[in-house]
Amino acid sequence: MIAHNLLYVIYFISALLFIGAIQGLATPKTALRGNNFGISGMILAVLATLLVLPTRNDLGILLFFLLAALVGVFWANKVQITKLAQMIALLNGFGGLSSILVALAQLIGGKGYSFDLALGITAGGIAFSGSMVAYAKFQASNFLPHPFVKLRHFITVSSFAAIIFFWVFFAVQQQTNDLLMLSAASLVFGFGLIFGVGGADMPIVISLLNSCSGFAASAIGFSFSNIVLIITGAIVGSSGLVLSHKMTKAMNKSVAQVFFGGGKNKEKIAQTDQSAKVSSPADAAFLMQNATLVIIVPGYGMAVSGAQHALKTLAGILENKYHVRVKFAIHPVAGRMPGHMNVLLAEAKIDYDQVFLLDDINPDFETADVAYVVGANDITNPAAKTDTSSPLFGMPVLDVYKAKTVFFVKRSNSAGYSGAQNPLFFAENTMMLYGDAKKVTEEIIADL
Amino acid sequence: MTTLFLISIFVLSCLIGVLIAKDVTPALHSPLMSVSNAISGIVIIGALSSAAYANGFNKQEIISLLGVFFASLNIFGGFVISWRMLRLFRKRKEK
Repeated sequence: MIAHNLLYVIYFISALLFIGAIQGLATPKTALRGNNFGISGMILAVLATLLVLPTRNDLGILLFFLLAALVGVFWANKVQITKLAQMIALLNGFGGLSSILVALAQLIGGKGYSFDLALGITAGGIAFSGSMVAYAKFQASNFLPHPFVKLRHFITVSSFAAIIFFWVFFAVQQQTNDLLMLSAASLVFGFGLIFGVGGADMPIVISLLNSCSGFAASAIGFSFSNIVLIITGAIVGSSGLVLSHKMTKAMNKSVAQVFFGGGKNKEKIAQTDQSAKVSSPADAAFLMQNATLVIIVPGYGMAVSGAQHALKTLAGILENKYHVRVKFAIHPVAGRMPGHMNVLLAEAKIDYDQVFLLDDINPDFETADVAYVVGANDITNPAAKTDTSSPLFGMPVLDVYKAKTVFFVKRSNSAGYSGAQNPLFFAENTMMLYGDAKKVTEEIIADL
Repeated sequence: MTTLFLISIFVLSCLIGVLIAKDVTPALHSPLMSVSNAISGIVIIGALSSAAYANGFNKQEIISLLGVFFASLNIFGGFVISWRMLRLFRKRKEK
């Protein structure tokens, strides 16, 4: 009994440590401490569990644990910062998978059907397959054949119906052996839900999936009556929801639009006979060195080509040699996960006080001589403000068009993910620089 | 513990989650996701318990051990990734 009470107290302390971990992430100063809190909470909970449980298979547990530790640490250390989004998606999927496995093991072990296990399997299944699809999407942009995409709403809706059916069926029948079917339906649902979602919506999706694996852990916690699982899962789940809500607000979208509206806009791409003005890196270099204020706007294109280090060099030369003020403008949904651009700019050691968010930087575009847009598109589209027929209408955007001259680094002048043509490409003061973000930036540096 | 009691704990925890995540600065949204992702590996406690109560080396044991494996992978990978990201932010602060 004493051991049991002690275990309860230790679990509660580790739950508090996890709360402290998330809270620490509020500011960069306390963030690393937050991570340490998280690690301590985990060590505490795992050690306490191992010491109290009547383990018959210590060796097996230790083996699997150490193997995963080795693989995890080695792999997370090696992965490039530009591939972070993939890595996080994959890890999140493993968390979801683990929830399904635990639930299934419980059932095989003779534990009767319970609603919490069904919930854990469903949430875990969605988190697992959804994250795997997200991972595949990050790795290769066109990983699925076209006919499949058309079926996705059918797949999503029917697998959702299947999930509901199994829930009701199990509740009535109290059957235990068919939960494999529920797992399958949940996996298919997660798959169908995520694979129609386009790249620009990924920040919302990634944080929703994160939330899902949290709630899965919480549901599993109910079946063990384990408070550390319930509390921690709930915190992860709800904080993930908060983050997705922030992202949907930044895109002026609803979650339903993210999952079901993706393909529709693509057909609306207006053929345009307008032509954009093409410029050269030498011209860009000339205008930049004679400017007083240059604002750099990074997007996913910067992440893909890994241009952040070149941008740091560019900013350094402009500031030190030509005394130009350089600022970086970040849109909340630029990139493929929340805060993606901030991490990449931090990796290039770009000063924190040089980086500005949407609302803080927008008034500055009016006085900017040059806006240098690196691999971003929709987040700069002025049609979001003026054109009610635009799929982007209502989304807060960076007021890049107000700058005296705008340089766009792009691989082509195609429409953005939203399908909306960007009128900014054809504006009087816009110059296109076609090519890879990193190469073009390096060419500008060479001309300075 | 009664289910009602556990549900109250769940609801209160959700509220705490909302309150603490609201204050996270946008610059740290990626590390926030990564840390909370690592923390959700807490499901390892479930996997450990399930493995411990298995009756010898049977199906339940094997599935539980796989659960231990994937949850640990999530934990170790998640914290290392978060640590790497957060170190980038701190370096910049110290300068």
